[in-house]
Amino acid sequence: MSSSAAKPPAKPRLVYAQPGDAVEPGKPVTVSRYGPLARLNHWITAGSLILLAVSGLALFTPSLYFLTELFGGGQNTRALHPWIGVVLFVSFFVFFLQLWRANLPEKVDVVWLSKIKDVVGGHEENLPELGKYNAGQKFIFWGMVALILLLIATGVMIWEQYFATYFGIPLRRVAVLVHSIAAVLIICIFILHVYAAIWTRGTLRAMTRGTVTGGWAWRHHRKWLRELAGLRRAETRKTGPAE
Amino acid sequence: MSMANGPDSPRTAVSNPPVQPMASNLGAGDLIRRSATSDLPPPTRQLTPVAKLIDVSKCIGCKACQSACIEWNDTLPAVGENVGVYENPHDLTENMFTLMRFTEWVNPATDSLEWLIRKDGCMHCADPGCLKACPAPGAIVQYSNGIVDFIHENCIGCGYCVKGCPFNIPRISKADHRSYKCTLCSDRVAVGQGPACAKACPTQAIVFGTKEDMKKHAEGRIADLKSRGYSQAGLYDPPGVGGTHVMYVLHHADKPQIYAGLPENPSISPLVQSWKGVTKYVGMAAMSMLAVGSVIHGVFGRANRVSREEEEEAERLVEQGDETPPHDPRERRP
Repeated sequence: MSSSAAKPPAKPRLVYAQPGDAVEPGKPVTVSRYGPLARLNHWITAGSLILLAVSGLALFTPSLYFLTELFGGGQNTRALHPWIGVVLFVSFFVFFLQLWRANLPEKVDVVWLSKIKDVVGGHEENLPELGKYNAGQKFIFWGMVALILLLIATGVMIWEQYFATYFGIPLRRVAVLVHSIAAVLIICIFILHVYAAIWTRGTLRAMTRGTVTGGWAWRHHRKWLRELAGLRRAETRKTGPAE
Repeated sequence: MSMANGPDSPRTAVSNPPVQPMASNLGAGDLIRRSATSDLPPPTRQLTPVAKLIDVSKCIGCKACQSACIEWNDTLPAVGENVGVYENPHDLTENMFTLMRFTEWVNPATDSLEWLIRKDGCMHCADPGCLKACPAPGAIVQYSNGIVDFIHENCIGCGYCVKGCPFNIPRISKADHRSYKCTLCSDRVAVGQGPACAKACPTQAIVFGTKEDMKKHAEGRIADLKSRGYSQAGLYDPPGVGGTHVMYVLHHADKPQIYAGLPENPSISPLVQSWKGVTKYVGMAAMSMLAVGSVIHGVFGRANRVSREEEEEAERLVEQGDETPPHDPRERRP
């Protein structure tokens, strides 16, 4: 904080750590990655995205029309889908505000991407040290941001019940085509996201318990871990150990 | 045609109905297309294609067709507001399946005012864009006699038919969220009657019969118009939608646009075609390949696991600290 403090190392300036991120010593070390609000938002967004994908796919292809039964028939599916979209948009918007800063691209992302073979092969030892997110996670984040903006904009245009008369039919044809292409892409990104979270063992608990192990952070996001460790040392020095 | 399987399509709208009850002559076996249905069985018979022919040169704009349509279909259009134009109501609605559209057009060749009146409504395309766009199985059907009909209990009110239609015809009800349009009086045709509008038309500007007969009838009308100086008179049966089962005789067939924006060469929009075609197939393939690939890799591939040593490295870092600077010296921003 104040640089006028007499003690030698001032509190390190935080680049990767976000509010609430912290390390807890132990065996293994526990690292707080997502607070309760971020997790709540994540799961509201995730739940909405799944419901949107299921209801949207039901109207996308006749072979999946039977999925409308999950929503109580075609009329209900048609009526509910846009409202779930609004819920997702709002929850993702808050999530965006919580995460965007840590997802800004860096030079190291190019290095990471150039070693994509080592990424897929799980050879973390060949990869550069990273902050809170790697380029893959950033791609998923910004991909979601762009597609959600596209989906809500085109979705409003084809929301027959309330907005049909505000947009001409030629524009609505463009909107419905863009909406379906964007939906296909976001479902693909969603699959990648879920798969990466499962394949990279130890990741899921970041969104359930909110924490990861120190080893996970060391392996995947070492610069972030170093920063948090430094932050903790600075704090214990200030307050004195084991107060 | 196939009279052995029961009565065929009616030949006219003029005759009066028989008084005894009749069974419907349009059933599931007469469907040649059904929305969002790929496994429709072939029709059990071929009905003679029917058509309604609207001769705009004989129309006097009396709106008897609109009244007959309202009466037969038992719709209740709201009482309108006069804003100084002849159209009443101002547009097609879920309660008004047909509408006289009035245009005052100055013919540049003669410098005289022509009052063009076109009865707007569903054209019953041979290649219906509404049906192509519809996601709800069985909400839109096409009979072998050419009639395109909305089956309201299957309609979900999504408005895709509005985007599919090249003529801007379907209207979604705000009351029941279902789509409505002219049925070509399929319920009358099913019992040997012509459409109510044709029945009511006092000048026989609207006639009904087999499509073949209607084309022949149109030829005579066009010859007559040409003999009266309308050299561009012709039939509007646009090939871009495979022809239609509602046709117009136009005195200026070279300029259909002047008749309240009747499209010159209508077809299903390429946007709708690619949405319902390549987007669907490529999209479904991409999503399922990615999902299946993920599962296969998840089951057979080697997971990315954190090792014991990495946990120890982290413990050492947190307990003792390290000499490496805690963050990248290449600062991103202040």
